[in-house]
Amino acid sequence: MSGGPQTSRRGLLGLAAGVVGAVAAGRAAIAEDPPPAALPAVPEDATRVLGGGVTPRSDRSPFESPAVSPTGHVSGTAFSPLQDFTGTITPTDVQFQRHHGGIAQIDPTRYKLLLHGLVERPLTFTLAELKRFPHVTRAHFLECAGNGRKAYREPTPELTPQFIDGQLSNVEWTGVPLGQLLAEAGLKPAARWLLVEGGDASVLMRSLPIEKALDDCLIAFASNGEALRPAHGYPVRLVVPGWEANISIKWLRRIEAVESPAMAKDETVRYTDALPGDLARQFSFVMDTKSIITSPSHPMQLTPGMWTISGLAWTGRGRITKVEVSTDGGASLGLRPSSSAPSLPRRRRGLCCLGAGTAPPPP
Amino acid sequence: MISTLFLALLLGCGVDAPAPTAPTASAPTAAAKAPRTYAPVGLGSPATAEEIAAWDLDVSPSGEGLPAGSGTVSQGQALYAAQCMACHGVKGEGGVGPKLIGPDDAKTGFGDDPKIPKTMANWWPYATTAYDYIRRAMPQHAPGSLTPDQTYALTAYLLAENRVVGADFVADAKSLPAVKMPTTVKFVPDDRGSSTVVR
Repeated sequence: MSGGPQTSRRGLLGLAAGVVGAVAAGRAAIAEDPPPAALPAVPEDATRVLGGGVTPRSDRSPFESPAVSPTGHVSGTAFSPLQDFTGTITPTDVQFQRHHGGIAQIDPTRYKLLLHGLVERPLTFTLAELKRFPHVTRAHFLECAGNGRKAYREPTPELTPQFIDGQLSNVEWTGVPLGQLLAEAGLKPAARWLLVEGGDASVLMRSLPIEKALDDCLIAFASNGEALRPAHGYPVRLVVPGWEANISIKWLRRIEAVESPAMAKDETVRYTDALPGDLARQFSFVMDTKSIITSPSHPMQLTPGMWTISGLAWTGRGRITKVEVSTDGGASLGLRPSSSAPSLPRRRRGLCCLGAGTAPPPP
Repeated sequence: MISTLFLALLLGCGVDAPAPTAPTASAPTAAAKAPRTYAPVGLGSPATAEEIAAWDLDVSPSGEGLPAGSGTVSQGQALYAAQCMACHGVKGEGGVGPKLIGPDDAKTGFGDDPKIPKTMANWWPYATTAYDYIRRAMPQHAPGSLTPDQTYALTAYLLAENRVVGADFVADAKSLPAVKMPTTVKFVPDDRGSSTVVR
């Protein structure tokens, strides 16, 4: 890995390439609308009623309720509702979550990050000190190593984008380049790996190759413009762009520079890839290139006429530079995101968003 | 480029450090370049030996990091019943927590059948990993509460029940790194490179 922290790679492209769903008229007729949920009471004519007052925090419209879908209480995964999103940035409160010992609650005034091992000067940093370092703001997607596993192995028509690929979020992070902290402590030449460890109940530890640590990793203390939330590592987490999110340690507490990896549970027993021939791929950090159409998707019902196809494409291997969409089961490709889509090459670590429709309406 | 740059302010605090090299906001280039280098800015406090010892939990396959103490299989059996059985099952068959004991499970074919449970009997490459993980994260209702002797005892019990070691095994800093795990799986570094192979 090389390239400075400003290098744009590994992006998440918010695809909004427009296309038309050519839907046969007969089949597309809406079956039966589900019984409407009780809708919030709003004025018949908002121009005739004085609006609401300003509150310390603004809530969503009562008609909008995107939500993660937790599969467990303390562990398990909370899937992000990809079908509810537009653009590329994931709203903070509906980012996916995966915890190994629940959500740690940490007092920021007592927070401390320890950096030791093969360094000239073992150091601790308070949160206030970390924020005094030169810091950067960059968007990176995070994706669980197991994202899509069940859906790809056992696909069913009823799967929503949330349960196909919802262990994926794209966030604007603010933090200190890890290389800056390592410079502060003075890395010894023998250091080839960093053990990175959380201060949660699982004290989750992974081994991070030094090349990646010096390339583009961040010690993040904010996301989407505000302090991290507890579910995402408050007050400080590691962000390892483009790599399986398990190594982006939340509630980061300790970094130890070492010669060889720790062979922790989550890099031997788990997070290794069994292969035919009794091989297991280990330290397979980089997330592969993937995409998903988020709309139309189950359980949408399409009526004849123009529909826009929207979706996401992302990769840990560089930038998404082109997206093609097929409306005939892959027999032909070529529908491209419209020019109104976000400027794809400028998106980092890729999520790409498909945009407005340009194909002709169906006959 | 959506990166935002915050310039460092070195307020007059007597820090004798070179000004940090501000990351440049130039357009990304395709050409590989060397990692950028950073200069210290004089933040952070020296870590004391006590601070390091309190948090330095990891145990390496060579045994580095294993504390003094020891534990037997029978001690581990009693502890297992008291601390682990509720989640991992009476015989380690799994429950809320994953399966731990499976000496008769398949020992090959993991790449073809993802449902084969992965236990110390067929998958774990290092016995030291068990000590490391139990010490840091188990039991889930009271993580980090086990003493070194208790952690050694539980590790010994699980190894014995998986028929990796005999019933007379005593786990300590010397014996654990020497345990030869029975896995037939060969762990290999990531070989995908820039090919079309995916995980």
